[in-house]
Amino acid sequence: MKLADLTKPWEALSYGFLDASAKREMRRKMLKSIAVPGCQMPYASREVPMARGWGTGGLQVSLTLVNPRTRVKVIDQGADDSVNAASIRRFIARVAGTPTTMDTLEAGLIQSRHRVPEEILRDDQVLVLQVPNPEPLRSVQPNMSIARQMHADADYGRMWLQLYEQIVRSGRVMQGASYPSLVHGRHVMTPSPIPRWDVPKQHMARHLTILSAGREKRIFAVPPFTRVEPLVFSDVPYKVEDHGDLTCTRSGTRGYFMNEIPQNDGTSAYEVSDSEWGVKTIRAAEDGGETRGETWYKDGKMS
Amino acid sequence: MPTVLDVNGLSKGFTLHHLAKEIAAFDEISFSVAAGEFLLLKGANGAGKSTLLRTLYRSYLPQAGVIRFHSDHGPIDLARAADVDIAHLRRTEIGFVTQFLTARPRVSAEALVAEPLRLAGVATPEALDRARAALETFGVKPELWPAYPTTFSGGEQQKVNLARTLILPQKLLLLDEPTASLDANARAALVARLAELKAHGTAVIGVFHHPDDVLHLIDRVVDLTPNAIREEVRDDVAF
Amino acid sequence: MTLALDAPRIVQTRPLLQVQSVSKSYSDVHALRDVSAIAYPGEVLGVVGESGSGKSTLLRMMNLEETPDTGSYTLDLPDVAGNLFELDRFARRMLCATRIGIVYQNPHLGLLMKHSSSGNVAERLLVAGERSFAVLREKATTALEASEFPLERLDAPPIELSGGMQQRVQLAKAIALEPALLLLDEPTTGLDVSVQALVLDTLKRLQQDRQITMVIVSHDLGVIRTLADRVMVMRRGAVVEAGLADQIFQDPQHAYTQQLVHAKL
Repeated sequence: MKLADLTKPWEALSYGFLDASAKREMRRKMLKSIAVPGCQMPYASREVPMARGWGTGGLQVSLTLVNPRTRVKVIDQGADDSVNAASIRRFIARVAGTPTTMDTLEAGLIQSRHRVPEEILRDDQVLVLQVPNPEPLRSVQPNMSIARQMHADADYGRMWLQLYEQIVRSGRVMQGASYPSLVHGRHVMTPSPIPRWDVPKQHMARHLTILSAGREKRIFAVPPFTRVEPLVFSDVPYKVEDHGDLTCTRSGTRGYFMNEIPQNDGTSAYEVSDSEWGVKTIRAAEDGGETRGETWYKDGKMS
Repeated sequence: MPTVLDVNGLSKGFTLHHLAKEIAAFDEISFSVAAGEFLLLKGANGAGKSTLLRTLYRSYLPQAGVIRFHSDHGPIDLARAADVDIAHLRRTEIGFVTQFLTARPRVSAEALVAEPLRLAGVATPEALDRARAALETFGVKPELWPAYPTTFSGGEQQKVNLARTLILPQKLLLLDEPTASLDANARAALVARLAELKAHGTAVIGVFHHPDDVLHLIDRVVDLTPNAIREEVRDDVAF
Repeated sequence: MTLALDAPRIVQTRPLLQVQSVSKSYSDVHALRDVSAIAYPGEVLGVVGESGSGKSTLLRMMNLEETPDTGSYTLDLPDVAGNLFELDRFARRMLCATRIGIVYQNPHLGLLMKHSSSGNVAERLLVAGERSFAVLREKATTALEASEFPLERLDAPPIELSGGMQQRVQLAKAIALEPALLLLDEPTTGLDVSVQALVLDTLKRLQQDRQITMVIVSHDLGVIRTLADRVMVMRRGAVVEAGLADQIFQDPQHAYTQQLVHAKL
């Protein structure tokens, strides 16, 4: 007798790994967060076979939303091929039997860490963002009970004060990623640590964005066609990173968010952060076949 | 002339709780003052002259009696009126000249003197002009006008004080030895101003150690010495 | 604060602030017993009493930080009606943020010690909805200037400032929005005597220039004497005596007030 005869072949305990009641809770909390855009909803955050803080929040949303026909794309800081992105993509495919893709245009569900793809998302696509710290008020109010009262009162004076202080001390707004943004004119949210470059993409977007923090057990959403306005003073305009004039050294694409790669001689080289966009650009140059979709930024400017 | 003040059965004493003692100041005082009348309060030291003035001004609370003051708003009992009314009357109708100026930090002499006028609605430039004129009358040197009276000598402060209190003709004027620290010129200016106010219809109640300067202004005398005849006419003045 | 309620009234102005029959107990301790207070527009009400007399509790109630067991509180302001103790937390916050300024004895209560001084003042304006950086900066500077704060230290955090300067930042913050009511809780206690005089001087000047209605709480009779038009003397949670400032200081009626006044003079 062999050990294999005594065991059954491996199969998922339940479709999409999470049990039915967990998925039910996720669905309810997602609906709730869509109903109140930008408002953080607490949820149980189950155990998944991954350490908290590595995208468990996003993974639970993805596992709940997928069905066998959903094409899944997972990116990590814009790249599809990082270890973390690859592991999550393979895990979802394994427990839910979904097809996977790297092409933003083909994907039905995109789980992402810290970037929004450069190509414009459609209304049949869902973007799931992994959030390490969902509370924009944490830096100004360490007491979470009071922070929640502040949200309830729309008491965001301290957030503005933070920007005021940055301008006073440094002459400009220093907030890089996680730029606090007012959703639907009511709740201030952190759009997860996406660069300032990506925040305007959320404004009145056609797609649904769900932001989920597994470790912090909070979920919030930006429904389609919802205002997302970064907090700015009326006389100090919002500025995205100066990447509009940079060219990718590998693909030659220009006017998109770049990764800076320091060189030995002290200079910097740049590579486009959205790796699949780079791949598509190279392919287009090689065989002339155009697979690239419309992008939010054109000629380095938000359109 | 219409009556300005009717004092009836006014009594004042002090309860010193820590000594468990009552000190009587004056008892059952009654008198009245008409507009344009100059009343001299007389009595030995400790007879309660200053106390009476302060009681009329409500710095002291009377224990019994009525102080009927005929204000522009109608008669009011100063002994029982609300604090806010007293404060209002002090700003508008009742003046009190003490021996001391309550100078305020970083307010110039001219601004201090002009203040009663400004509160009464006179435009600032005009109020300042009149304030300077008043300061001049009392013999304050022009170089002191924009200075802060907190730094002045006692005599100069008193001049500013008089200029301030007397600048606005009021219905009732209480004088508590205003001549005490004044030189001859300022005293003369004071007497002239008092005569002017009296002619204007201001009722004056005053305490003077040496009333010679104002003798010609005095209409009546009230003697606070216990058992003295309470009121005398001007002709009977004997010091 | 009236001597006799049936006394004829001359001033028809309605009081700006009216606290009526306020009582508050903590377990079995009576913090306040049937306390009433009135302040008319433009006047300074002084509240004196020793530690534990309830004067600070009363001031915190005026700032809606505490609610009494019984009693009412009204402010005669446009859009403000009814008993303010019945307002919900949000309405209280908005009222205090826009209409009432407060200076605490302890600057840590009123200031963000590590933010810039101008930022501390700007916060009030931000809460009121100002969103222009230039305007915020200008208004914060104006308020700090009115509090006689040295403008070259505009962006220094309060933690680097002296006690007197911290009080000036608090004061600037309190007056930045031109409040209808300014509450001062022992604003000069803990400062050096010379600095104390300077801060008092600033307060007096502000009061003269702007005619702000103030309620000032202090155990220091000198402070009250310098600033107040009317005085309330409190002891063990109750008002023992109230009257015009010169009357309280020259002819105190109650044994406790006499003791207080004579101890000082």
